[in-house]
Amino acid sequence: MNRISVTVDGVAYQDDVEPRLLLVHYLRDRLGLTGTPIGCDTGSCGACTVELDGRSVKSCSVLAVQADGGEVTTVQGLGAPTGGLDSLQRAFHEKHALQCGYCTPGMIMAARDLLRENPDPTPDEVRHGLEGNLCRCTGYQNIVQAVLAAAREGQEART
Amino acid sequence: MTAGPADRTHEREVGRARARKEDAHLVTGQTTWTDNISVPGMLHMAVLRSPMAHARIDRVDVPPALERPGVVAAFSGRDLADGLASMPCVWPVTEDIVMPDHPPVAVDEVRYAGDPVAVVIARDRYAAADALEAVDVDYTPLEPVLDLEAALAEGAPLVHADKGTNRCYVWPLTTGEDWDAVRARADVVVSRRFLQQRLIPNAMEPRAVVVMPIAASGEYTMYSATQIPHIVRVLMAMVTGIPEQKLRVIAPDVGGGFGSKLQVYGEEAVALAVARTLGRPVKWTESRSEGYLATHHGRGQIQDVQVAATRDGKLLGLKVDLLADMGAYLMLITPGTPLLGAFMYPAIYKMDAYAFTCTGVFTTRTPTDAYRGAGRPEATFAIERMMDELAAELGMDPLELRRRNWIRHDEFPYTSIAGLTYDSGDYEAATEKALALFGYEGMRAEQQERVRRGDPVRLGIGISTYTEMCGVAPSRVLRDLRYAAGGWETANVRMLPTGKVEVVTGTSPHGQGHVTCWSQIAADVLGVPFEDVEVVHGDTRAAPQGMDTYGSRSLVVGGTAVHEAAQKVVEKARRIAAHLLEAGEDDLDFAEGVFSVKGSPDARRTIQEIAFEAFSSHDLPDGMEPTIHADHVVDPDNFSYPHGTHLCAVDVDTETGHTRIRSYVCVDDVGRVVNPVIVEGQVHGGLAQGIGQALYEEAVYDADGNLTSGTMADYLVPSAVDLPEFTTERTETPATTNPLGVKGVGEAGTIASTPAVVNAIVDALRPLGVTDVPMPCTPERVWRAIRQARGEEDAAPTDRRPEGTVPTTGQAPAPSEEGLA
Ligand code: FES
Ligand code: FES
Repeated sequence: MNRISVTVDGVAYQDDVEPRLLLVHYLRDRLGLTGTPIGCDTGSCGACTVELDGRSVKSCSVLAVQADGGEVTTVQGLGAPTGGLDSLQRAFHEKHALQCGYCTPGMIMAARDLLRENPDPTPDEVRHGLEGNLCRCTGYQNIVQAVLAAAREGQEART
Repeated sequence: MTAGPADRTHEREVGRARARKEDAHLVTGQTTWTDNISVPGMLHMAVLRSPMAHARIDRVDVPPALERPGVVAAFSGRDLADGLASMPCVWPVTEDIVMPDHPPVAVDEVRYAGDPVAVVIARDRYAAADALEAVDVDYTPLEPVLDLEAALAEGAPLVHADKGTNRCYVWPLTTGEDWDAVRARADVVVSRRFLQQRLIPNAMEPRAVVVMPIAASGEYTMYSATQIPHIVRVLMAMVTGIPEQKLRVIAPDVGGGFGSKLQVYGEEAVALAVARTLGRPVKWTESRSEGYLATHHGRGQIQDVQVAATRDGKLLGLKVDLLADMGAYLMLITPGTPLLGAFMYPAIYKMDAYAFTCTGVFTTRTPTDAYRGAGRPEATFAIERMMDELAAELGMDPLELRRRNWIRHDEFPYTSIAGLTYDSGDYEAATEKALALFGYEGMRAEQQERVRRGDPVRLGIGISTYTEMCGVAPSRVLRDLRYAAGGWETANVRMLPTGKVEVVTGTSPHGQGHVTCWSQIAADVLGVPFEDVEVVHGDTRAAPQGMDTYGSRSLVVGGTAVHEAAQKVVEKARRIAAHLLEAGEDDLDFAEGVFSVKGSPDARRTIQEIAFEAFSSHDLPDGMEPTIHADHVVDPDNFSYPHGTHLCAVDVDTETGHTRIRSYVCVDDVGRVVNPVIVEGQVHGGLAQGIGQALYEEAVYDADGNLTSGTMADYLVPSAVDLPEFTTERTETPATTNPLGVKGVGEAGTIASTPAVVNAIVDALRPLGVTDVPMPCTPERVWRAIRQARGEEDAAPTDRRPEGTVPTTGQAPAPSEEGLA
């Protein structure tokens, strides 16, 4: 067992964890933060994407002990706690960028990272930026539209 | 007068691009996926699976697993056999179909890699998974059965030795004139063999199940990631012996299905049995790689197709002979799945003769069953590919050939040669619109130009003018097809005392947007605000009756039930309103949620007021039952027949074999549209899956019967960079078979797009002598097809799969590959 200290969605936790425990299982099974789902066991789907110290990571490919001392943001940490949506969440809703919604938390977290790196992406850049996140429902077209819409909103907010 | 609703003007909801009610909890992560559920005392189940495609089980020793930390129990197939019946198949398609026993956990023999052998129950998921290695199993390997044709030969090794054959059934359909006579008088007969590769459905949420027992009363609540909670309840009661009324099945948030969760799985039965034995809650969640073995696959057919025609391009007849890979066992609708296509091979075309047979074949692979489109994508692929091949043979534009043979708009309703009555359609209008959006003439000109200048990147144009049958289904037709259940759907609409509305539906959405669409339908009929409607679904206690969601049926059947039930509410409310207003029921107008007396518009009552009157019941008409709630059950008279024209342009690099979709235009006719945004989303997702089959996806097995595309890293689910931007448009020819005028949309994109893409690739390469490229059309296959057409390569290696693998459908491995596996 290893003791870790980690801040998740603004709340500080200290826990004893097995060295092999995956971050995603720590979030889901230990902290009860089930907003981050699991879609595969090979790091292929991106459903589990969260932010660790400001960069998006696939939380199924990170051990909980690796997050020690770190700061994690999940989809549950976006927007207002009472249910207000942040710009990406709102854009996904308005552009019908989700159907079953299983890929959505990971898509949104990956898109945040993408927009941080490239606040004004082309449609093609959005597609490449989200290549590691699979969606089986939408065919991606509306996801691309949603990310572009959120980017526009970000641009407007800055000008 | 109460304030508010009476004075509003109600914009029609049906047809409006409403953003979805479903989204808020999904975009914020406040979800209830089955794997999120955790209850006190819950144990975790892990499943030990066969590492071999076919073997006798000599011994299963589970006690060593009990020594492992955290392990509470472990069971072999034999341990579980007493409490569980064989897993059900509800579609015995012929009288003499071979129906093998299917224990949820194998007892004597394993018949595919992944067949369950034992289960371990532990206090957490890691402990359960770890302890699997402590279960000791002795196997004696048996011959795998992988080649569909060889499986039918005399003396072939048998998947089910007790049955004496690998032939599951032979199902014929012959209509119109005699095929041989038509063939004899035809000027042209084109024959082709197509392989429908096996596909893995890949719903993004893996399967999961949680069972919570109350031991004292023998009650069970089962959460399952399923499309069909109602059907699961009935069949789980039968398999486990738990009385149906004691079993509640809940499909909470479900992350996609595409047919893979239109199933009743052994793990569900085992979780119930284990919870019953231990008296404790049990959870099982599959890993993705486990799901690739254990969740049913789709497609898997060899199609031998012949078309006969006159020299001037009139179709005379069609002959189709299928070999369909059942896999190792018959699951819920395994045998019937290819037959859902049997009626669709003639598609939108008129002809004189149609002869179809399907032979179901057992193999030692994961069972097949419904995957988005289920039988109809295969049929549409075959006929649309053949139309292109015939056009090439006749030297005719493929569109012109289609025009000469399709059912004209003025010929509807039209009974196809396969015996289906298409209620409505306008193939001309959809095609005209698609051609204009696509710029067909310009594309053809550019194609010629590129050939002229010897551009190594060829342009190809693919056409697919499809129809499909969905909206399953008229119960009597299902009876005639020997399907065990009916095809009806239910709705209950209730107005609450405060004037709000609950719609209870028997459909079970998992991404389709029923909550939004049913709200739109009910809001229009009742004249209440969209926001005032809530939709209840997916829980057999809250929505006790239903036939669930698959086969593009939910709107056509379930949405119609909502519409009709809401109408009944209005009629009941009218009785009360007439009583209160002291007018005859016929003297009342009802518009925008308000009853008013004709000629005296001030005498009025809102439907919300009537709802409260019904609740208090202080002043109802004599003898009236004190409620305005209403139920309705719809059994459709006919299937639903969406159609459309899809046009695909591809750039094919003849030097690398690489294909890029340059333009994809589709004009679909799904009848009246309740929510255009949702319809468009369904089309996008459908296209993605159809294109996936054409270009990327295949479940590959090696010569020993191991799934080599066994993880999501090996099986190519298309990503955002693998797919183009789609241009989607619609024509609206209302269905005449339901009051909403709607047709199904969930599967249309998948059904239409696969042949559009492959036709485009073959069209690009036809000047080089290429007449087919097997799916998925990877760069290597395209490149080999070109080389073969140039005579630079023998036919044999053209179909060669990646090293050490055999095609899933049919062909024997090339001799040179032996030993690679
Ligand atoms: S769960 Fe698939 S990448 Fe993490
Ligand atoms: S919305 Fe279902 S997987 Fe993306």
